[in-house]
Amino acid sequence: MTIKSLPSYLEQSTEVKNRFTRMKSREVILEVKDLCKNYKTEKGDVVALKNINFKTHRREFVCVIGPSGCGKSTLIRTLAGLEPHTSGEVLLDEKPVNGPGRDRGMVFQGYTLFPWLTVKKNIMFGLEMNNISTTEAEKEAILWLELIGLEKFSNAYPHELSGGMKQRVAIARALVNQPRILLMDEPFGALDAQSRAKMQTHLLEIWRNIDITILFITHDLDEAIFLADRILVLKAHPGEVQELIEVPVPRPRHISQFNSPEFLATKARLEELIHPSEPEKEPEQEKSIKPHMIRFVNVNDNVE
Amino acid sequence: MIISSWFVVRRELSQHKRTILGIGSFVLPLMVWFMVSYVPFVWHPMMQISKPGGVDYFQVGMLVEKNVFAEELANMQSTSKPIPEGKPANPIYLPAPDDVAKALYTGFITPPEQKDGQWLHESLWHSIQIIFWGFFISSIIGVPLGILCGTYSFISRLNEPFVEFFRYLPAPAFGALAVAILGIYDGPKIAIIVIGTLFQQILIIANTTRKLDYALIEAGMTLGASRFKLLFRVILPGISPDLYRDQRILLGWAWTYLIIAELIGTTSGITWFITQQARYQHFDRVYAAIIIIGILGLGGDLILAALGKKLFRWDRPANKE
Repeated sequence: MTIKSLPSYLEQSTEVKNRFTRMKSREVILEVKDLCKNYKTEKGDVVALKNINFKTHRREFVCVIGPSGCGKSTLIRTLAGLEPHTSGEVLLDEKPVNGPGRDRGMVFQGYTLFPWLTVKKNIMFGLEMNNISTTEAEKEAILWLELIGLEKFSNAYPHELSGGMKQRVAIARALVNQPRILLMDEPFGALDAQSRAKMQTHLLEIWRNIDITILFITHDLDEAIFLADRILVLKAHPGEVQELIEVPVPRPRHISQFNSPEFLATKARLEELIHPSEPEKEPEQEKSIKPHMIRFVNVNDNVE
Repeated sequence: MIISSWFVVRRELSQHKRTILGIGSFVLPLMVWFMVSYVPFVWHPMMQISKPGGVDYFQVGMLVEKNVFAEELANMQSTSKPIPEGKPANPIYLPAPDDVAKALYTGFITPPEQKDGQWLHESLWHSIQIIFWGFFISSIIGVPLGILCGTYSFISRLNEPFVEFFRYLPAPAFGALAVAILGIYDGPKIAIIVIGTLFQQILIIANTTRKLDYALIEAGMTLGASRFKLLFRVILPGISPDLYRDQRILLGWAWTYLIIAELIGTTSGITWFITQQARYQHFDRVYAAIIIIGILGLGGDLILAALGKKLFRWDRPANKE
């Protein structure tokens, strides 16, 4: 079982190839053109994002992955309109994005449910903000509560929910507004492994059944491959697109595919891109840390 | 085990222990007062005359200092006149707990000494009204302005430097000015409470508003909330439990300005009652009045705290006092 026995991650079965052809024939929802973002700091300008270009088609599931400091979060926050960009364009349905809006739903890593509203009222929030009548909003909210399986918790407050449940509500709260694209910033990052796996399956199920395009940020390679149609790999300092990988793992996805050759090949490629074999320039501070281990136990007292 | 279970670093004690300690916090100072009042050899710097003897200026019930008494006793003994008698007593400004307890009751049933004077409960009611209006007027300005300062940098930068300056000016310093502008009755008193509370209020509430998790505001924006709706549907409900706590603290602040405020212009309210009673040396009633202020203040706060728990059920228990 060496890496060489794996197929190339570029090899796609006819089925997968056809899916991608179909996907690319759908209209473009999000187009990012030469997006640049500079920060002004005391030490001078820092380039957070440099010439980012990509297109996302309707009902595509894109994951964004990259080493820490590559500007994943900056990218998604810029797309959401929460941060201004320095140059370039973000087009949603061919219209430029200026500031946040209901056409781009967002799910954050931290739980951002409104703690003073019940689960149902949280889901109704977006509708009410857009002047939809309370009765109408309530009807929609109840529908979504059933969809995420939390109808029993409709009158509970967020602090009574587990992390996974909170993120379910957050997803429903964003989707009830019928956004064109759902932006997710490491939404399952704070969950334990078990609820994370559950939420991934749940998210795919929602995605399958609803007309929604998803842009999902993660640092978990398995999560990216499991969820995505295409993976946008960024590189750090400055944040640039390294590669846009088409995931050759067929759909519908299942946990059993984690050990399939396509999956492993894609993972190997991602590892190669994100953790290159030659050591990347470490920050000065971390280079200076050199542990000097001394043996404190008896020579015969071995643990390995 | 017994001792160490009471002294665990940074850990809350059981409900049972907290109750005991809560009562104890009141019992301890009371015990000091009881000791000083009822144990004759503790302090008691005076002698209360029970028999004047040969000393011509001694009268029954009169308080004299111990060394004066000893001197006169020696005088009488040396001149073989009848000796004075007396027992150790505390100065008149430290009445015993039972006197104060009695005064707490009699204060309410004793008519005022002057014809146009006020009963104790009337004085108290007047003071409560002064506090209410002072705090109300301060809050009408301070709460919205504080929230706006915490929300918009523009308003904060335009306001807060001046507010920071003004809050260092002692409110009573404006007494004479307040009287000149607002007359001698309730106007200047309310003004002093407003001046004493408002500037702190703006800064504290601005800070509370700034502490609201920015992610909640971002979430509101991505859900399509306009700026106006953000303020009323996200910021205001988000800060409400902390705002309520701030208001409770500030109300306590307003109480502390009460006595000084009531001295301005014509003395009124509970302050008038206290100064009157002190003039007649009814120190037991002075203490009674002070204790009543404490009871009103603490009682009011406890009621507000209980109400707060009901109002903000959604607030995480970890944030609760």
